[in-house]
Amino acid sequence: MNTSTNIVYLIALPLFSSALLMLLGRKADKWGHIFATLISASAFFVGVTEFFAMRSRPEEARAVTQKLFTWISVGDFQVDASLLLDQLSIAFVLLITGVGTLIHIYSIAYMSHDRDRRRFFAYLNFFIAAMLLLVLGDSYLNLYVGWEGVGLASYLLIGFWNQKPEYATAAKKAFVMNRVGDFGLSIAIMIGFATFGSVSFSGIEEKVGGAGETALTAMGLMLLLAAAGKSAQFPLQAWLGDAMAGPTPVSALIHAATMVTAGVYLITRSNFIFDNAPTAQLAVVMIGIITLLFGAVIGTAKDDIKKALAASTMSQIGYMILATGFGPAGYAFAIMHLLTHGFFKAGMFLGAGSVMHGMNDEVNMRKYGGLAKFMPITSITFGLGYLAIIGVPPFAGFYSKDKIIETAFNAGGVQGVIFGGAALLGAVITAFYMTRVMLLTFAGNKRWASDAHPHESPFLMWAPMAVLAIGSVASGYLLYSGKAIVKWLAPVVDKDHHEHVEFLPPIVVTTLAIVAVLIGVSIALLKYRGEQSDSAPSDVSIWTRFARRDLLQDDANEFLFMRPGQEVTKALVVTDERVIDGAVRGVAASAVGSARGLRKLQTGYVRNYALLILIGAALILAAIWVVTI
Amino acid sequence: MTLSIIAALPLLGALLLTTLKQGQVESIKRIALGSSLATLAATVLLASNFEIDRPGFQFVESYSWIPALGINFQLGIDGISLILILLSTILVPVVLVSGWYESEGGRFSVKTFYVLVLVLETMMIGVFAATDLFLFYILFEAMLVPVYFLIGGFGTGARQAAAVKFLLYSLFGGLLMLASIIGLYVISSNQIGRTFDISALGTLQIDNLTENFLFLGFFIAFAIKAPLWPLHTWLPDAAKSATPGTSILLLGVLDKVGTFGMIRYCVELFPDAAKTFTPLIITLSVISIIYGAILAIGQRDIKGLIAFTSISHFGFITMGIFAMTTQGNSGASLYMLNHGFSTAALFMTAGWMISRRRSSTIADFGGLQRVTPLLAWSFFIAGMSSLALPGLSSFVSEFLVLVGTYTRYPIAAIIGTIGIILAALYILIPVQRALHGPVTEGNDGLPDLNRRELIAIAPIIALIIGLGFYPKPALDVINPAAKATITKAGMADPLPTVGGEK
Repeated sequence: MNTSTNIVYLIALPLFSSALLMLLGRKADKWGHIFATLISASAFFVGVTEFFAMRSRPEEARAVTQKLFTWISVGDFQVDASLLLDQLSIAFVLLITGVGTLIHIYSIAYMSHDRDRRRFFAYLNFFIAAMLLLVLGDSYLNLYVGWEGVGLASYLLIGFWNQKPEYATAAKKAFVMNRVGDFGLSIAIMIGFATFGSVSFSGIEEKVGGAGETALTAMGLMLLLAAAGKSAQFPLQAWLGDAMAGPTPVSALIHAATMVTAGVYLITRSNFIFDNAPTAQLAVVMIGIITLLFGAVIGTAKDDIKKALAASTMSQIGYMILATGFGPAGYAFAIMHLLTHGFFKAGMFLGAGSVMHGMNDEVNMRKYGGLAKFMPITSITFGLGYLAIIGVPPFAGFYSKDKIIETAFNAGGVQGVIFGGAALLGAVITAFYMTRVMLLTFAGNKRWASDAHPHESPFLMWAPMAVLAIGSVASGYLLYSGKAIVKWLAPVVDKDHHEHVEFLPPIVVTTLAIVAVLIGVSIALLKYRGEQSDSAPSDVSIWTRFARRDLLQDDANEFLFMRPGQEVTKALVVTDERVIDGAVRGVAASAVGSARGLRKLQTGYVRNYALLILIGAALILAAIWVVTI
Repeated sequence: MTLSIIAALPLLGALLLTTLKQGQVESIKRIALGSSLATLAATVLLASNFEIDRPGFQFVESYSWIPALGINFQLGIDGISLILILLSTILVPVVLVSGWYESEGGRFSVKTFYVLVLVLETMMIGVFAATDLFLFYILFEAMLVPVYFLIGGFGTGARQAAAVKFLLYSLFGGLLMLASIIGLYVISSNQIGRTFDISALGTLQIDNLTENFLFLGFFIAFAIKAPLWPLHTWLPDAAKSATPGTSILLLGVLDKVGTFGMIRYCVELFPDAAKTFTPLIITLSVISIIYGAILAIGQRDIKGLIAFTSISHFGFITMGIFAMTTQGNSGASLYMLNHGFSTAALFMTAGWMISRRRSSTIADFGGLQRVTPLLAWSFFIAGMSSLALPGLSSFVSEFLVLVGTYTRYPIAAIIGTIGIILAALYILIPVQRALHGPVTEGNDGLPDLNRRELIAIAPIIALIIGLGFYPKPALDVINPAAKATITKAGMADPLPTVGGEK
């Protein structure tokens, strides 16, 4: 494979800038935001240069690597700090640095009144560096560094205003739930090393044919767990809604366009595992379907504009995960939806930020209404994103989502009908809740707080929104026409050039998808046109209440994990003091044989402990058996 | 530069201190710091001459000590001992700078504090460098004395009780080890003549039953020192009572004598017994990882929390050692070094928080990120290192231990990996309570780190980050020693299931 010497700058530039802004502290307050934005732009420039260089090379010579140094070398465990820039990673590089730079620009204005703006930009740059490492690492272990790096950035940014206790809690929750995913990634890497003697993508892919299906299935399921943590997929989805505590540009960049899609990247990058592990693939499909419906349902019940968009993100990533579950037939469409989603969802989040900016940081859509007249640019850019996400032709989401629904039907048979039907149902609900967001925010009667004076946002804010809106309009067609994205990614995700069977003619699926959108929009129009109340109705069905409570996701976690965990912790703290330390003290006392010790003996003190020690010994024997099988 | 000179340097400093008057507090501190820095410089000089690829012990020195019994004053180091000596000599000056006033207000004089610390440093260097079992044992036991007085004389709270508990536990373990040493000596006298030379002792032929008993004598002593569940209950008490500086030396270095001893003595001298007991030890390690982590989550006292995180970390180290793979063993040795740094950083920053707030209860802090940003960041980075964030040094060692264990004991490794989820909780809970949220009453005027404190923490943070991205210098030194240990134990790494027959 060809080598390159430029890839490292993609990561080094923002990493350096981030460290510089942190170390200089207040001294960099005056220019830190400008500097960070320029650095992000220069990373984008490097990315664009690399992209054109890659395009000019023949297909088989497009991927390039750059070895930096030997990172860990112990026995057969050999891991280089080494980067891989191929057709898949360059797509992410452009998304991360492109959308990232737009969001840097937006944040200059959005965060202009915050005393810690410089620190915010340092975190943003750090995030860009970590996210680029995630998609550029040539092995699972390099990916892992970026993987936790973005997790740290996300933690720091969700908790950017951590003086509010609930924001600090949201940050912690995100980190801990992500660690559950990291558990999966760790185990997957261990399985990979024990099975193949390697942790690099190419090292494993080379030998994948010799592995048994059990090992591959186990590795696939663990990778799926990792993906679920990072991408807020069921059952690790509960952190994303709370993550909206972070400043809105963060929600746009990290919790919509890039970081949360890392799970989709992970599965696509691990295509050689999943393509040989059908059970794991089925699990991927199931998780995708559950999450796309789960998120969509929550989206229908949220009055907080950011939380509605977050639920939508969860649901849209569900579509992407669903697509990756179909193997070579779906990877390219997953990535296509990921890219178009990056445009329209980031655009809508920035739009939400713009609305909040004009409405004294109000997030409750019941307190909006009729804003189109006062924020024309925001309403147009947001509206284009809206048309894209619900899948109106020819906007971006139409192409990408349509292709996923089509692929789902192509699974064939009853399965295909169920998968495709679920994806269509998701499209109906999406059209419904997004229309609801549009109507509540931009149309209808004014329900503003008395001190609200909505106004259009400054140029630095609306310009990035406008660029993203253009992407929301055009990116779908550009990626779709001439099968551009499919052909581009084929050398990575479809090396054998599978023939894809069509279960339903595409025109039928497209018609179905458009009908689904019309149904969703119509229901929303019927329900939310005209006058609305400025508070949520309380005489609602139990189902609405479930949806408002995020389908009980927090209650379930609390009941299943938090409470029992707290009880176990309390019990063990007591056990440690009384039983274990007590046993030692008891033994010491009896060994001394003093009168006190004897008296304790007579009261059965030591005997009790002896019994406990016996029980403990039995448990340990059982544990030994478990641990060493 | 020789090992005996390095070991003598702190002792010379201590002797110099005895000539000073009690009242010359500043001079005492400066001389103590000076001699610890000289020791560090000498160690670095020695390390630069260490030959990575040479097998066996280097810088060997041997002087006849008690010829009638075959006892020699014999020193020599391999990669693992070198790493641990470096750790000791780095941490002593750091401890002295970070706790510049810790010596004041104790039961004994300031001078006593520094004499104790420097004497302890000599013993720490000696215990890692000794290649004569008798010399090792003497130092192993003698180290208890300065630590006992450091805890009991300069600590806080129930320091006397904690010191006694520490002493009794350690003496009990030492006694068992002594019995094993005598047994080993008897066997060596019969087979190869009277000797305590550990290389010679490794060649003895011992029957299984005897070997098992001898092994247990050593192992229990070491499992108390680097506390393994359920022999751990002395540690939280000691850590809560001791000054932060003493805790750093205790958890950062002294406890490593236990894990170091497991490699050097348990595995290398008694490979068959080690294999016999491996299932039990792996199980206890896994219990320690999970148990220590859960107990850490349940602590209200910041020092107690750090102590329990260490019990979890010692579980990882022990698991790595007894997985008997090169990754497990190298990982465990590297873990010893990294744990030393991250625990030092945690205790240092916790100590500064405590001395400012005059409380070690986590709930008494709050909002420190606003009030004392540098202190808050230092504590945060130390915490990230403790939860083994990739990119920081402890990740490399923790992952090596896990992957090295997985190839032989997958279930143990998987349960151990749950520890990384619990680690997020035991670090982020105190981070949230102490650093985030509104500023708690009584905290608003706290001063941020001063120049002295920054000088103490900066090199440790630099090492934590530096070794995270580039662990090669440390691994290069450790790897040959780890490989030698695995070979001595008669083990080989499991081959990958696909294409492993190469």
